[in-house]
Amino acid sequence: MEAERLVRMANDIARFYQAEPDRDEAIAGVEGHLRRFWEPRMRRQIEAHLAAGGEGMDELTRLAVGRLGVAG
Amino acid sequence: MTTVFRPIDRGTPPKSSGSSVRLEIDGIAVNVPEGTSVMHAASLAGVPVPRLCATDSLEPFGSCRLCLVEIEGRRGYPASCTTPVAAGMVVRTQSAKLGELRRGVMELYISDHPLDCLTCSANGNCELQDMAGVVGLREVRYGYQGANHLAARKDESNPYFSFDPAKCIVCSRCVRACEEVQGTFALTIDGRGFASMVSAGQSESFLASECVSCGACVQACPTATLMEKAVISKGQAERSVVTTCAYCGVGCSFRAEMKGSELVRMVPDKDGHANHGHSCVKGRFAFGYATHPDRITTPMIRDRISDPWRQVSWEEAVGFAASRFKAIQAAHGRGSVGGITSSRCTNEETYLVQKLVRAALGNNNVDTCARVCHSPTGFGLKATLGESAGTQDFDSVDDSDVIMVIGANPTDGHPVFASRMKRRLREGARLIVVDPRTIDLVRSPHVRADFHLKLRPGTNVALVNAIAHVILTEGLYGRDFVAERCEQRDFANWKAFIEQSRHSPEELETQTGVSAALVRGAARLYATGGNAAIYYGLGVTEHSQGSTMVMGIANLAMLTGNIGRAGVGVNPLRGQNNVQGACDMGSFPHELPGYRHVSDSTTRTHFEQQWGVRLDPEPGLRIPNMLDAALDGSFRGIYIEGEDIAQSDPDTQHVTAALEAMECVVVQDLFLNETAKYAHVFLPGSSFLEKNGTFTNAERRISRVRKVMPPAAGKEDWEITAMLAEALGYPMGYTHPSEIMDEIARLTPTFAGVSYPRLDELGSIQWPCNAEAPEGTRTMHVEEFVRGKGRFLVTEYVPTEERTSRKYPLILTTGRILSQYNVGAQTRRTANNVWHEEDRLEIHPSDALLRGVRDGEWVGVRSRAGETVLRALVTERMQPGVVYTTFHFPGSGANVITTDNSDWATNCPEYKVTAVQVEPVTQPSQWQARFRRFTQRQVELLGRPQEVTND
Repeated sequence: MEAERLVRMANDIARFYQAEPDRDEAIAGVEGHLRRFWEPRMRRQIEAHLAAGGEGMDELTRLAVGRLGVAG
Repeated sequence: MTTVFRPIDRGTPPKSSGSSVRLEIDGIAVNVPEGTSVMHAASLAGVPVPRLCATDSLEPFGSCRLCLVEIEGRRGYPASCTTPVAAGMVVRTQSAKLGELRRGVMELYISDHPLDCLTCSANGNCELQDMAGVVGLREVRYGYQGANHLAARKDESNPYFSFDPAKCIVCSRCVRACEEVQGTFALTIDGRGFASMVSAGQSESFLASECVSCGACVQACPTATLMEKAVISKGQAERSVVTTCAYCGVGCSFRAEMKGSELVRMVPDKDGHANHGHSCVKGRFAFGYATHPDRITTPMIRDRISDPWRQVSWEEAVGFAASRFKAIQAAHGRGSVGGITSSRCTNEETYLVQKLVRAALGNNNVDTCARVCHSPTGFGLKATLGESAGTQDFDSVDDSDVIMVIGANPTDGHPVFASRMKRRLREGARLIVVDPRTIDLVRSPHVRADFHLKLRPGTNVALVNAIAHVILTEGLYGRDFVAERCEQRDFANWKAFIEQSRHSPEELETQTGVSAALVRGAARLYATGGNAAIYYGLGVTEHSQGSTMVMGIANLAMLTGNIGRAGVGVNPLRGQNNVQGACDMGSFPHELPGYRHVSDSTTRTHFEQQWGVRLDPEPGLRIPNMLDAALDGSFRGIYIEGEDIAQSDPDTQHVTAALEAMECVVVQDLFLNETAKYAHVFLPGSSFLEKNGTFTNAERRISRVRKVMPPAAGKEDWEITAMLAEALGYPMGYTHPSEIMDEIARLTPTFAGVSYPRLDELGSIQWPCNAEAPEGTRTMHVEEFVRGKGRFLVTEYVPTEERTSRKYPLILTTGRILSQYNVGAQTRRTANNVWHEEDRLEIHPSDALLRGVRDGEWVGVRSRAGETVLRALVTERMQPGVVYTTFHFPGSGANVITTDNSDWATNCPEYKVTAVQVEPVTQPSQWQARFRRFTQRQVELLGRPQEVTND
């Protein structure tokens, strides 16, 4: 899938959780959403995109995607 | 249940009252609720009273003077329909004098009535004929030569029923049905005395009048004056079968009246819990598609979409599909194929499709068309209230004092419920409409919105935040409810957020386009006007913030304590008949039936034990993900049952490119729809008349769909799915859909008490239905929320990225119209086209003037996704800067223009906001020209003409 589209979708998710006052909860919210609703190949692709520099990714998106691999 | 023919008519509506009254009728003692009419009480006592102007769907009128009775101690002969019972009353319905009076009345009626009973279409089902017999009419002293109406001209303008004034007895039942039941007020009694005649509108034809063709007048008519043309041509039916409409999410119950295996007419079932005997033009009349010559009734296959179709046996078609899916998986992995089910399928069919994908294909790549309509409802309500469903039943509206309609157009989209809502509004409930357009509900006969918040498309969340801000900062919220029923930490978070001055109506005025005073007024009314209910539709969900808006609505209901009892609640008006059911049945890629996530090992184990397979614990691909993956080569095969993504989904050119990229597209449908033109296998499906199953409507009500005729292609849809599963190496072994429902009940706690015998017994069941609620659940979250405590969620307004610009200065929003349904595959193959034969672009006069656009002329509509050409409809329904169209005709290309923007949580497309430019043109768009060529070629490859192609 196109990385640009995945980044847009992930940023859209992050913009909802951006309003969460607790930063850790916001990151966990995005991460949890990606884990619960994104098919593994999509998660792998956005992780790869982050590893390649993460062009276009919002800060919250980067933090959440960065945790996907850590938690399995 | 399945052979009820003519239900009992007790003459006047039932009354509910805490106190009972005992009286005696013709020597029979009877106890009835206070307020009941003598006529109704007599019927309950088994004593029929002659009548003509009375029927129990309408309030009594007392005009025909046939139902006169004698009451001991009272003078004269009161009409039993308008006389309420009283304690100790002694009533006589038969006496020599009453007989004489009734015969006198009948003589007058018959003296001005054509005596053509033997050739009359109502013969055998005519109340006038029946009453003539009941009163013993033997002569008409006045003769038949006097002034009469026998030469009055028939009105045949309506495609479905005729109006023959020569047969009219001016009982006003049709006029009252139009007013009381439908709420359109299209009919009237014109003239006075002998000249009195039923008239549509201002002496117009029915077709030219405001009549919406709901059929209530036809239903109410006691003679052949208003009669279905189908009955005129086919004669009276012989039997009837109770079944459920296959159109919108109201899920009306109908009696399918049959002659052998031919459907004569659909009559709304007055025992139907969703519709109580009312109907709309679609459910009542638009069923002809089921026997339309375009139906494909033989399985077909082809290697490439440029090849001619080959008609083959079921075995060959299913075997071809299965071998291709297996080959794709062998070459590209288990996740390279998937399936899509539809809200037009029954629960059992949807359940089987997701079971096939999970158990036979071994992945979770299954999705449903709720993805593109109400997926944000499921997400938003689950997150806040704990259950992915509306909170009420339709009857709840009778207890509402304030009704807020957001992003829904019930008179077009959910007409039978809209009639119910309008009745409550006429009784005095207050109305708030939140919609960019002046929908009919804003101002219709005897209904006027107290507030119309005509917001700019895409600003829903800003507006709901502003309403909440007013309620909170003005101290109008339900402190006790919030304290007792909701999570306090979440409420505190949300309260701190929403009280910020940036959420005030004054601050947001420039964004929403709605004056702060209106917002404050509406907020105060919602919070303090008594029982307040919110009804919403796709104008809420089909946005980039669809899920956020659903949460915002739930926040409002919790904030004001408007949840957990009759008259209040959060009510999603589901678009199609089985949107709720399709979602309940586990057709989303992340969850199993009953909204349980695939990662939940306990649930998964339960299903694994029942299904005998290991299940994938990871979520699968959603429809837009499948399409994207098709274009990158990692998704190559799809099984689509009852859905037409090439017409209904956004960014048509992206969808068709993805379909073209796949190696095996299997479509199971009634017609060669737009998606089927890209298919390699076509499996001919069955209409709702040709199969057994259940639908679940917007109020969580599960109703039976009953087979009334054999499937045109020989198989019910569930059988086809089971065949495909078997060919894939996973035999399912069902012999009847009731067994599928039994399996659903075993595996789904909210359906534990549901079975076909139980549905037959109760008529319908609202889930949850289990040991705690053996007859189902009318109202949810009564004592506590399904999730325990209600959860306020912070709803930051994030404007859509779809912005107007100099290049695209207008906002396009899309919707639907009363006479057509969704992609139109069904309704375009009926006479409903007489009301809507093409999709048009609605545009405000000032925008039209600025562009030189004139009403009825062609305009090009261009967005960053594509361009199409439509005819313009210049109307003040629109606000300046906003244009609107429907998507019922594939050739219109409405979704060529819509973009790939989607809801952040669910990927529900943002159909409601597309930046466009509009300009006069003289020829179709390039896409339309290509579309026509492609369609023509595909019809040639089919090898037989199609009456309805691209329209």
